[in-house]
Amino acid sequence: MSTEHDTTRGMVERWGLQESASFDRHTIHNIQRAAATGIYDIRGFGAKRHLPHFDDLLFLGASMSRYPLEGYREKCATDVVLGDRFASKPLHLDIPITIAGMSFGALSANAKEALGRGASAVGTSTTTGDGGMTDEERGQSRTLVYQYLPSRYGMNPDHLRMADAIEIVLGQGAKPGGGGMLMGQKISDRIAEMRTLPKGVDQRSACRHPDWTGPDDLAIKIEELREITDWEKPIYIKIGASRTYYDVKLAVKSGADVIVLDGMQGGTAATQEVFIEHVGIPTLAAIPQAVQALQEMDMHRKVQLIVSGGIRNGADVAKAMALGADAVSIGTAAMIALGCNHPRWESQYHEIGSAAGFYDDYHEGRDPAGISTQDPELSQRLDPERGGRRLANYLRVMTTEAQTIARACGKSHIQNLEPEDLVALDIESAAMARVPLAGTDWIPGRSRPL
Amino acid sequence: MRTISLSETSVREVNRQLHDQTAELAEAQWRITDPEGRHALACGLDQTLEVEIDGHAGYYCAGMNQKARVTINGMAGVGVAENMMSGQVRVKGNASQSAGATAHGGLLVVEGDASARCGISMKGVDIVVGGSVGHLSAFMGQAGRLVVCGDAGEALGDSIYEARLYVRGSVKSLGADCVEKAMRDEHLAELRDLLDAAGIDARAEDFRRYGSARELYNFKVDNADEY
Repeated sequence: MSTEHDTTRGMVERWGLQESASFDRHTIHNIQRAAATGIYDIRGFGAKRHLPHFDDLLFLGASMSRYPLEGYREKCATDVVLGDRFASKPLHLDIPITIAGMSFGALSANAKEALGRGASAVGTSTTTGDGGMTDEERGQSRTLVYQYLPSRYGMNPDHLRMADAIEIVLGQGAKPGGGGMLMGQKISDRIAEMRTLPKGVDQRSACRHPDWTGPDDLAIKIEELREITDWEKPIYIKIGASRTYYDVKLAVKSGADVIVLDGMQGGTAATQEVFIEHVGIPTLAAIPQAVQALQEMDMHRKVQLIVSGGIRNGADVAKAMALGADAVSIGTAAMIALGCNHPRWESQYHEIGSAAGFYDDYHEGRDPAGISTQDPELSQRLDPERGGRRLANYLRVMTTEAQTIARACGKSHIQNLEPEDLVALDIESAAMARVPLAGTDWIPGRSRPL
Repeated sequence: MRTISLSETSVREVNRQLHDQTAELAEAQWRITDPEGRHALACGLDQTLEVEIDGHAGYYCAGMNQKARVTINGMAGVGVAENMMSGQVRVKGNASQSAGATAHGGLLVVEGDASARCGISMKGVDIVVGGSVGHLSAFMGQAGRLVVCGDAGEALGDSIYEARLYVRGSVKSLGADCVEKAMRDEHLAELRDLLDAAGIDARAEDFRRYGSARELYNFKVDNADEY
């Protein structure tokens, strides 16, 4: 029996139909959807368009001119210290892969608990999100970073003191310059109470902080947060990648201990698609800007850099760190590890007009995998213990993959990877990552071709 | 009462001593002198202390206050009593922008005027301003009550949720989804209580009430011009 796709392909071939590059089927669908509904498309996930990314970089493994380390026998350390610039209690993580901020509200309580269990099992941190801290999350996360967002939903000084670090969120890679959304169907009684909102309201989070307006004010805000927590907690500043070079310099000047840089492939629970796909710059382009800014201020490795936005495997971890990151953060990948977009729910994805591998309507709260939902029945589908084990497995695999690459490059610590270990497959990625095009000494914009 | 001069002691040391007060309250009453606009004074308190600041305070004075009563015998900078959870903060003079921003509880009294964004994103706090407030006050106000004995600037209560606003003087303009509402007996009663608690002599009957029309709670195509 032929599928609809086969039928369409057959007609294209038989009749010589030509699809427009400008008005392809996806574009036509979007125009028709807009005309029918009168509202822009809102969805979760991150940018889906093709972008220059870590896949466009390769490592130069050791041979004659470099000396590799023996796999499985010689140590390749993975630990990282975050926030030792001013904080008296910096974080000591066993692996440089952290869990990004995702709110209880966007995710179910079971999903938040599973993230905490998985991260704690391998010695890394999780992060709260818009809406505050839950008991499930604090209870299961050995190291918990508390986000301080423009909305200040659920913002509580007791939680601030219970956190291990504070992350001031200025922006997010999926929507730099925009605030969060949580649609009414996900504002349950518990979410409404935590956020002091009417149940069922379409929540529009603020895009700017309510009590400071620029880097000079931010410096004073950081001083206040440090005073409230007696200078114990590391203060992170999270930025969405856009004018990264300047933003990083201003964040350092404002007094950040750690900078979290989220590229445009970074995920979101609910944002306008036009925002996700058309605002911000790719992670690959942002990292060198951030590192340059830190180096010019003599702050590289003193103010740590955490990179997120499209980190999927150990190779991505190693590449981000070779470009100068101290650690990475994962959100979408962590959700997939828990079971998001798993084929076991295929038939139920079809019922809501999606398919495994394509599901991104996190804002609707009907996630068959029970992760991006507040529906009590759906939420029960995710067992937090089993989800935590899957996440821990995934984090271990990513770590050993990154170690494998680091050893092959002769590094006894993942953090010793460097741009010199990398080449690029095409001109765009070479220019963005500021590494040579493979087989040449040419870095577009930096040096002349051979 | 313990008195500390900020000309001799750092903000860090003053806050450390205040934070060291446990529930037993070895020292319950404090006077801080010579603040000279220093920032983050008496922030993060979580015991039933009484703190007087003699002079002008900088940004975020009494920020995130819990239980304590803080009095500023002078002006207050940006974000006084921001995110307060409980207790009381009183500013004898004027307050700068974002007074009581995002605060969840307690009572903030500004005896003079408060600048723009007073009560922005308020989440349950009660704010009583003896004078006027600037533009965008109670912006996105979620819960709590804002009482303005003078006038209110432009866009009062823009994008407001369930906060209740009382203004005695003129309102330059109302923000999106903020409307005037009927003043019923229960509102007069709660307003009298708020004025009493603030120690401000004013007649509740002279005020008008404003709140959310609740038209923007859920996205509607017909409201596109308001977004």
